[in-house]
Amino acid sequence: MSKREESHIIRPYGDATGDGQVQVSFTLPVAHDKRAEGAALQLAAKMGLEPAMVVHAKQMGPHFTFFVVYGRCSHLVDLNKVVVIEREFPLLTPKEVSAAVKRALRRPLVVMGACIGTDAHTVGIDAILNIKGWAGEKGLEAYSGLEVHNLGAQVSVPDLVEHAQNLKADAVLVSQVVTQREAHLHNVTQMSAAFREAYPTGTAPVLIVGGPRFDEGAASELGVDRIFVKGTTPGEVASYLAHRLCATPAGTRRAKAKKRTTAKKKATNKTGAR
Amino acid sequence: MTRRGKGKLELDPTVVRKARSLARKAGKPIVTLAKTHTTVSVERAVLRLAGLSGADAEGEPWVNHVVDAVRQDVGLEHGVSLPVWHALASGEYADLTELAQKAAAGGVIFHAPEGREASRARTASRKAAAAGLRKIDINRKTRDRFTKKYGDPPKPWIYLIVATGDIYEDMPQAQAAAREGADIVAVIRSTGQSLLDFVPEGPTREGYAGTYATQENFRLMRAALDDVSAELGRYVRLTNYASGLCMPEIATLAGLERLDMMLNDSMYGILFRDINPIRTFVDQRFSRQVHARAGIIINTGEDNYLTTADGVEAAHTVTVSQLLNEFFGKEAGLADAQLGLGHAFEINPTVPESFRLELAHALLARELFPNAPLKWMPPTKHMTGDVFGGYLLNGFFNLVGSMTAQDILLVGMLTEAVHTPWLSDRDLALQNVRYVMESTRGLAEDFVPAHDGFIVQRSHQVLGEAIELLERIVDDQLLNAIADGTFGLMKRPADAGRGLDGVARHSSAYYNPASELLDEYFADAKGQA
Repeated sequence: MSKREESHIIRPYGDATGDGQVQVSFTLPVAHDKRAEGAALQLAAKMGLEPAMVVHAKQMGPHFTFFVVYGRCSHLVDLNKVVVIEREFPLLTPKEVSAAVKRALRRPLVVMGACIGTDAHTVGIDAILNIKGWAGEKGLEAYSGLEVHNLGAQVSVPDLVEHAQNLKADAVLVSQVVTQREAHLHNVTQMSAAFREAYPTGTAPVLIVGGPRFDEGAASELGVDRIFVKGTTPGEVASYLAHRLCATPAGTRRAKAKKRTTAKKKATNKTGAR
Repeated sequence: MTRRGKGKLELDPTVVRKARSLARKAGKPIVTLAKTHTTVSVERAVLRLAGLSGADAEGEPWVNHVVDAVRQDVGLEHGVSLPVWHALASGEYADLTELAQKAAAGGVIFHAPEGREASRARTASRKAAAAGLRKIDINRKTRDRFTKKYGDPPKPWIYLIVATGDIYEDMPQAQAAAREGADIVAVIRSTGQSLLDFVPEGPTREGYAGTYATQENFRLMRAALDDVSAELGRYVRLTNYASGLCMPEIATLAGLERLDMMLNDSMYGILFRDINPIRTFVDQRFSRQVHARAGIIINTGEDNYLTTADGVEAAHTVTVSQLLNEFFGKEAGLADAQLGLGHAFEINPTVPESFRLELAHALLARELFPNAPLKWMPPTKHMTGDVFGGYLLNGFFNLVGSMTAQDILLVGMLTEAVHTPWLSDRDLALQNVRYVMESTRGLAEDFVPAHDGFIVQRSHQVLGEAIELLERIVDDQLLNAIADGTFGLMKRPADAGRGLDGVARHSSAYYNPASELLDEYFADAKGQA
């Protein structure tokens, strides 16, 4: 293995490079005794932790024991084989987003948001849409270029489509938190199908889904344009909207180039007029 | 520990009186509204009280069939009692159930009786409703007996949640939670039940993120907790949710099956479920009257405001809602000891002096409502996947609970933001509670904030802001304030929202035997006091 390759290979870090130290906690359905601790060590070994140490064991009720185990992890991580979705759009400030909207649409971009199905957890959609925002960023309601309609919780799919049509929504944001029995996937698939049915091809609003248990790579599978996962900030969503609907300068799509020229022309005219 | 001596916050009694009188002023028009309207669920609750239960093969309850049929024939505005007991008086039906079955098949035409026929139906319906209330009274006495026999746990009562979706899974889990230390077990309802305009029937094994509230589920769970109460020598209370479109019916079922506490907020359904405001307030009053009679402690939902609004900026909205809940609760006959007013530890932990702010807010609630069993709710909004940090935050939450002598302590889970609690999460959470409560036992006695210090000043500021908001609400009228988005930033106009079509204004012939009996009972209780 060359030195170069070696830097791609890492292991967990306790307090020294390469020590592979890992901490885990779990419960086994046995009362606490010596055998139970042995069982915990056996499990640790099978997880690749060897040598491992049971540092804490506490019986909970008559039939369960909780363990904290530390051990050296024998597995290696190859950074070259890590697959993630990199953000495909530049992060813009609220001002830049609003400017992009103004330039491209010459009207506010209409964003509609809701929790669909039986889901009553508006925390996610509120964090993105409410003025209050999240993670130190203001929500989309605070963007002058965006017109936001938050329909709140438990909106049915037919209502969602109807509202989207009435409001002429450019983008629809749907939040799904409840995931019992894959309700989130089922609801979203149903939602995207309803939009495809209600709009002529290519005219449906941009469909964006968010929630803590979605797979970022599953957008096309679910029939939506973009999935946002845990930790997404309002700024990221707004930047995506600008990228997708307003052709930001950093974009690469063909339609954008055209619009950019018009925008430039206008700018020139303005200067001329001045 | 009832009256807590002289106020630690040196609250001016005239200011406190002013806050209460504003809440009364804001609430009064709503009470008038509630007294002059009925809803399909109030009417169904009367039938349930009179002993009608069960459903057709499709699961649609008989009470729904009857109310729908009466409504179709004579409208809802007279109430269903006179038409129903008038029909029964014909002698063609063995009982309510048979009448319901025939009505479901379209074989009954209901009439609004007049004169002697009306008074006969009135007497009969009153007798039927009284029989239901007697069951509720017996349950209340049984609870009193059990708390003496098994023992009533000391405060704070430890409140744990069970939510498997399957009542037969919930029962052993609830018993396990009780053995681990829960004084109160809450069975979370299935997501979406609040929007069902009927109460499902029978034992249920399928729910989303919770278990359906049904009469049979209530009965099964109460029996399971009675068993474990006997085993542990401590009465374990059962909690469910009287909210959503079937609030009055669920309150009635809770009384009939000896539930001990019910979530029952005055505005939660309006704001967070978009249920029509009038529907909610009418349903609310009836359900609170039933809770009052049943000796059930209500839990209000102020913690929810802080999950959408900011814990510091919106602190006064919690106080306003508590004052309104207190007014509506007492007006419906609830005693102080039945007012589990809610509040929560939801200030962003990165805010400087957040702990002192939490202390100020919690102490303000304590001092404003010295005799109410306050419900103290753990952090949720600022819980992240950092379970270690979350564990510390829950420790601070418990500490505020101890220092300000909260009565009902909902146990915070370190995995709040991650998943429904594991066995080990619950065990760790209870260890946290026990350590804090035992190590700081009696600290509320020692903790007296500095005269005119940060905590005292902050509490005065919040109360002042609450009064300002109440003044605005009184000027604007509460229904308009709700429509304008005063609470939780949500706009809920009185002519929109779910369940509005199930509301009717009383006709001059309106009669509801349950409301009449409940009103009389409360008037008697007041007279005796």
